Amino acid sequence: MSPDSRFPEAPAPPANPERTGEADTPRAFPSTGTAGENPPAVPVQDLKKKTRQKPTPFRRMRAAVRLHPDFRVIVDESRCTLCRFCVLQCSWDALDFDGRVVSYDENCVGCWRCFAVCPTYAIRIEPWPTMYRENASWTRFHATNVRKQAATGGKLLTGMGNDKPYPVYFDHLLIDACQVTNPSIDPLREPMELRTYIGTRPDRLDLERYRIEVLERKPAARGERGNGDLRRKMGFGPLLKLETPIMFAGMSYGAISLNVQKAIARAAQEMGTLWNTGEGGMHPDLYPYASSAVVQCASGRFGVDVAYLSRAAAIEIKIGQGAKPGIGGHLPGEKVTAEIARTRMIPTGTDALSPAPHHDIYSIEDLRQLIFALKEATRYEKPVFVKIAAVHNVAAIASGIVRAGADAVVIDGFRGSTGAAPTMIRDHVGIPIELAIAAVDDRLRKEGIRHRASLIASGTIRSSMDVVKAIALGADAVAIGTAALVALGCTLCQQCHRGRCAWGLTTQIPELVRRVDPDEGAELLKNLLSAWSGEIKETLGLLGLNALESLRSNRERLRAVGLEQAALDILGVKPAGR
Amino acid sequence: MARKTALPAEVTIDARGFHYRELNEEIRRAAGRGARTIKVVNVNGQRYIGAGLGPGVRLLLHGTPGNDLGAFMDGAEIEVFGNAQDGAGNTMNAGKIVIHGQAGQIAGLSMRGGRLYIRGSVGYRSGIHMKGYEDQVPVVVIGGRAGAFLAEYMAGGRLYVLGLEDPPCPGRIPGNGPFRLPPRSRSLTGIYTGTGMHGGVVYIRGEVPPHLLGKEVAVSEPGPEDQRVMEEDLSDFASCFGLDPRTILGAPFVKIAPQSHRPYGRFYAY
Repeated sequence: MSPDSRFPEAPAPPANPERTGEADTPRAFPSTGTAGENPPAVPVQDLKKKTRQKPTPFRRMRAAVRLHPDFRVIVDESRCTLCRFCVLQCSWDALDFDGRVVSYDENCVGCWRCFAVCPTYAIRIEPWPTMYRENASWTRFHATNVRKQAATGGKLLTGMGNDKPYPVYFDHLLIDACQVTNPSIDPLREPMELRTYIGTRPDRLDLERYRIEVLERKPAARGERGNGDLRRKMGFGPLLKLETPIMFAGMSYGAISLNVQKAIARAAQEMGTLWNTGEGGMHPDLYPYASSAVVQCASGRFGVDVAYLSRAAAIEIKIGQGAKPGIGGHLPGEKVTAEIARTRMIPTGTDALSPAPHHDIYSIEDLRQLIFALKEATRYEKPVFVKIAAVHNVAAIASGIVRAGADAVVIDGFRGSTGAAPTMIRDHVGIPIELAIAAVDDRLRKEGIRHRASLIASGTIRSSMDVVKAIALGADAVAIGTAALVALGCTLCQQCHRGRCAWGLTTQIPELVRRVDPDEGAELLKNLLSAWSGEIKETLGLLGLNALESLRSNRERLRAVGLEQAALDILGVKPAGR
Repeated sequence: MARKTALPAEVTIDARGFHYRELNEEIRRAAGRGARTIKVVNVNGQRYIGAGLGPGVRLLLHGTPGNDLGAFMDGAEIEVFGNAQDGAGNTMNAGKIVIHGQAGQIAGLSMRGGRLYIRGSVGYRSGIHMKGYEDQVPVVVIGGRAGAFLAEYMAGGRLYVLGLEDPPCPGRIPGNGPFRLPPRSRSLTGIYTGTGMHGGVVYIRGEVPPHLLGKEVAVSEPGPEDQRVMEEDLSDFASCFGLDPRTILGAPFVKIAPQSHRPYGRFYAY
């Protein structure tokens, strides 16, 4: 791809078929091998030969919309062994081999795949040194976008989460610790309870005395109990048991590859937590992990039937997503392969459209109708979650959702990630998860309905301490999406929407998908969850607590630095030193 | 607890005074105990009747079932002797719903398979987001007329609007709030017909003025292959209501299908 082909020859978009992916049939990528393995012996003539295109005829306005490359790839020829592995691994057509490794910098997205596979560290990727003349107001981001849009007339699309420097409230919160007056607990010696139950709790505990008839009707589940002993009357809704309060966020088959879903599903099942299908239905290969799956029912209703609902652990009605509150989603047609079309039941190659609203939900009453339709269809055996984006009135909305009968409310903050969202919406709509969780927890407690639903927080949970802080602010559990992808190789290049992820994560191209091994991926994710769980236990120990339950909404154990009074009030946290 | 005994193949349930949860539990229990045809009388607005119900059961509903009739249904058959309310056949996967009266909004929303036959007219947003893949093709036949947003975002399946006279129905026209069809003289469908449609096909027995159509669809004459499926679907429809298929098929139809599989493919700059 030459720099010239980026410029529009005709007024009609797209300016560049490569960039929009429409006319693009990606070349075959080798799937085998990672850094350190012997590179495949490929004769030079077998490699796709790329030649620089002839310069297009001169057009006066071309220079006006010219974008300069984001990165430059520098190959240290003294180290390069000419193995060409980087060329084969680059899915963005940024590298080629012509007796030596040649770079097409304008195509480089900075995903670091070539660097990661280079056996001799011969590749260096640097930010492009020549910048527009930037200033504090007209940053490069804005200038580049204006040029792109002038050239194409399109809405800006991106992947991943909000990358703008908004305050991260997690980073302004500090955790308490025990000193002298109350002892801390040694997590190496004492058992630490991370087990978390998700679902509706009854308004009060009803006990009844065992009578012989009762015993006959329902034999005691555990141990021997005699006539006259107390036992709990039935009446609990279905509760889900999590061994660690970290779930996986909804990422659909379509947005991410099947291998990634398999890795996540296996890790979730083996760690005793839940994974989430996202809204693309469930591929039959994932049925073995269905018992720890949350299945989504979103506005596109892709793959939703009774079998799908019944085999899952829970059902999630997706109303909104932190990265794109209030708008629907389009899975671009490039990613809709035959398998995905079958799972979603739409024609192959069409855009999978999820409309902005559910067309049967225009009010809280309608939401209640769908919640109970799902419960009826599954005989009240499955908890129903409702996922919303954190927006201005999130507390009142969450209250309505709980009253509508949801067993858990999932709140996705505005820094939450996405497979594809309009850049402007991702970056400017919604509110931070920390404030949303605190506000919702407060509101539900004041209304006396906090026990009716669990609260699950998501949208940039980056470490175990974010988990601890989210739980201390009032969440029951958290969900991680980006963190899971980073554990599998993601380098946050924000190109998920283009479907050519060199790490095999957000792509459906078979050669790229094979770069993720579900078994090894599951190990990485299990390690991540174990590590975080260990850190959470250690933190509980220093707080003098032995159960995560005691930390829930325990904001007294948090202090804030550098926050204004309004934020302190909303978070319900005192400033450090008080 | 009463010992489970097999029920006769045909049972009757009186729905008077039942909450939907009790009624549905009652229906499921009867089906679980071997009843193949379940007649439910005095149905009065109970929601979710037949939700998620599997094959082998036939429900005969007398009265007016509530919203989400047969939601997520998976093979059962429902026949309604009266009107249905909103969301009939919502996300239904397989089976058949036959409604002798009219139906409210979003009939056949996101249907994935099976058949939904409505003798009379329907409200807004019917057949939106219908799916279909290879041999699993949902079919919705609306005997009367349809409101606005018919077949919006449709991705698969077949939808018919026949414009027959509405049957005489007891009671009010169903639906939430003011429910008004376009005047007979104007059209069989409302505005935004087929907006965002990217799969499937709509057959309308009569004309559709272009201003009622979404930008994403094109109108054409049904070809021989269309004629074949129309004959098959409409003969089945006619037999459910004792109509003559020849009168239905005798009138000219138009076919509405998407112009592009990717109506929104060029929205974005990368």
